[in-house]
Amino acid sequence: MIDYHFDWSVIARNWDSLLGALLLGLELAVISLAIGCVIGLAAAYARLSGRRWLAAPVWAYVEFIRCTPLLLLIFFIYFGLPEFDITFLDKTQSFVLTLSLYAGAYMSEVFRAGLASIPKQYVEAAKAIGMRPWQRQRYVVLPVMFRITLPSISNNLISLFKDTSLAAAIAVPELTFVARRINADTFRVMEVWLTVSAMYLVATYLIATLLRLLERRYATIR
Amino acid sequence: MMDLSMQPGTFLFEAWQARWSLLNGLGVTMLSSLWSIVIATVCGTLMGVALAYGWWWLRLPARLYVDVMRGIPVLVLILFTYYGLALFGIDVSAFWAGIIALSAFATAHVAENLRGAVQSVPAGQMEAAKAIGLTFPKRLWYVILPQAFRRMLPPWVNTGLEIVKGTTLLSVIGVVELLLASQQIMARNYMIIDFYLLATVMYLIINFALAQLGGLLERRFSYLRY
Amino acid sequence: MTDTPLLRARGVRKSFGQVEVLKGIDLTVRQGQVVALIGASGSGKTTFLRCVNLLEEHDGGEILLDGEPVGYRGEGAARRRLSEARVSAQRARIGMVFQQFNLFPHLTAEENVMLGLTKVLGKDRAEARETAGHWLNRVGLAERRGHYPYQLSGGQQQRVAIARAVAMQPRLLLFDEVTSALDPELVAEVLGVMQSLAESGMTMLLVSHEMLFVRDVANHVVFMDQGKVAQAGPPREVFGRPESERLKNFLGRMHGIFGHFEE
Repeated sequence: MIDYHFDWSVIARNWDSLLGALLLGLELAVISLAIGCVIGLAAAYARLSGRRWLAAPVWAYVEFIRCTPLLLLIFFIYFGLPEFDITFLDKTQSFVLTLSLYAGAYMSEVFRAGLASIPKQYVEAAKAIGMRPWQRQRYVVLPVMFRITLPSISNNLISLFKDTSLAAAIAVPELTFVARRINADTFRVMEVWLTVSAMYLVATYLIATLLRLLERRYATIR
Repeated sequence: MMDLSMQPGTFLFEAWQARWSLLNGLGVTMLSSLWSIVIATVCGTLMGVALAYGWWWLRLPARLYVDVMRGIPVLVLILFTYYGLALFGIDVSAFWAGIIALSAFATAHVAENLRGAVQSVPAGQMEAAKAIGLTFPKRLWYVILPQAFRRMLPPWVNTGLEIVKGTTLLSVIGVVELLLASQQIMARNYMIIDFYLLATVMYLIINFALAQLGGLLERRFSYLRY
Repeated sequence: MTDTPLLRARGVRKSFGQVEVLKGIDLTVRQGQVVALIGASGSGKTTFLRCVNLLEEHDGGEILLDGEPVGYRGEGAARRRLSEARVSAQRARIGMVFQQFNLFPHLTAEENVMLGLTKVLGKDRAEARETAGHWLNRVGLAERRGHYPYQLSGGQQQRVAIARAVAMQPRLLLFDEVTSALDPELVAEVLGVMQSLAESGMTMLLVSHEMLFVRDVANHVVFMDQGKVAQAGPPREVFGRPESERLKNFLGRMHGIFGHFEE
């Protein structure tokens, strides 16, 4: 073991870029989750539609995403799309596209379970007061499902936030990328990675706590 | 044996040329997955028992470990381990640094799953085992763990699937596993779509088989609901 | 009957937090006796039974099995819990059958019976299998030996649980409301097994709400009320001449048994 002298000034000097990188990761995760929720909801309804030609491709999509490494998808989309002359996406947008598709598959499973667990009486009660199908979904099914699935949505947001670290592989300047750069420039290995680990930890802990509060606020349904 | 019309520049030709690199990459992926799963299962089981039954001075650090591991991205763990071990003069290859990081991460998941499985075994099982005079290690080994293991098999398979996917991150520290092997081939022949697709298919086969295994085990042991 | 009691409890106390559940229980079980604990729920019967088998730790008093203190050494401030190995060895000499059967779901009926024989008593598998077969036969389930618990009815599961307990050849067998979780039509088969065990000279301490069974099979009945022994004696005496209003009330609620004894 060598004698290692900590020198935290390197963190102080780079604090602003580290913090900015952390916020970028959060932003990427939130945007991807939002798009993923839209994809996931559509996919969940398709799975439950009872039409094979709708359900089968969605099943394939979900299984494909679940079985393919995220890093491979990131590279595939980033380097693959230009092969099809799709060049208007920069690396950040390309990453958001990938992470959204990824989130969509996981969210569709969450929503599918959520929709399936909604007690039948609610829908019947809505029918009884004369709501039309889309009204039943809009005013009864979706609000109930949102509350049921909120804990899973929270967990997915935390996962996605951690997954934003993979964006470093295509040089999106989020936290892991910035950390690697500082590490390469200064060789302050311990300071950099301890700080970055702590930043991820604190951020995931804060997200979890905030969402727990949100869950409690909406915890009207058991 | 080979198609004679196969010319340089076609996918089949290039894939055949690169077959040993690809197989080598696949081997590294499988081997690093296997090592990580084995290490994580052994360490995770011990830690899970500590979480469920340990004295507070054992339970507290285990809890802390699990929560820390679950709050940090695997990639950061891998990079930290890789650069950190070298810094302290511990001379391990990127391959082993990666396995250490992946195992450390998966240990937390196995431990948490085992704790949940152990605690879902009804209290009456422990009491019945006490009543016939089994000592604590035997109660654990013959009564609680066999039931807990059957319950945690599906999530365990899922952890295995995550590990297989996670081994792609070893490419970041230069381990030539399937993904990096494919990328090295693309760097020679520029057939990006073809070789990403090929790698994807290989991952799909491994992981889809694992996912099916998980579902099978879940049905096989469904009788353990009380 | 010999003179040294098999089980002797003196002033056993037990509290859960602020609530004192056992307020000094004195009780003696002699070799070959069948002793029944009766009383309303919450009177402490089950807690006492669990203290005997060390599933609960009593806070005061002592429980002696063959004159040897169960679970603890010494008295008062010097009282120390026995080692895990000693406690397990003591439990092996006391069998227990539970309300919820608690069969091990990952083992067959036969393996359930064999587990204690091989891992606690150290018998080899062939001998354990023979013993298990013998006892499964005694409870009428010889042909179900290879079944898993989920393939058995509640009554069958409980009979396997009895076989598991009695196969260990315990000095004393504890029964904790063993028919309460059963469908009414399955109660008789379990009680039948218990009666045949009693007739074969097994020493038993049981908690039961089956008053007819208690009257016919027990030689000693203990009525517990609010953590104390309120009345004890032969069934004829306890059922026939209840001393307290509370016992009268209790028996009255146990469908007409009371009237049966009023000769």
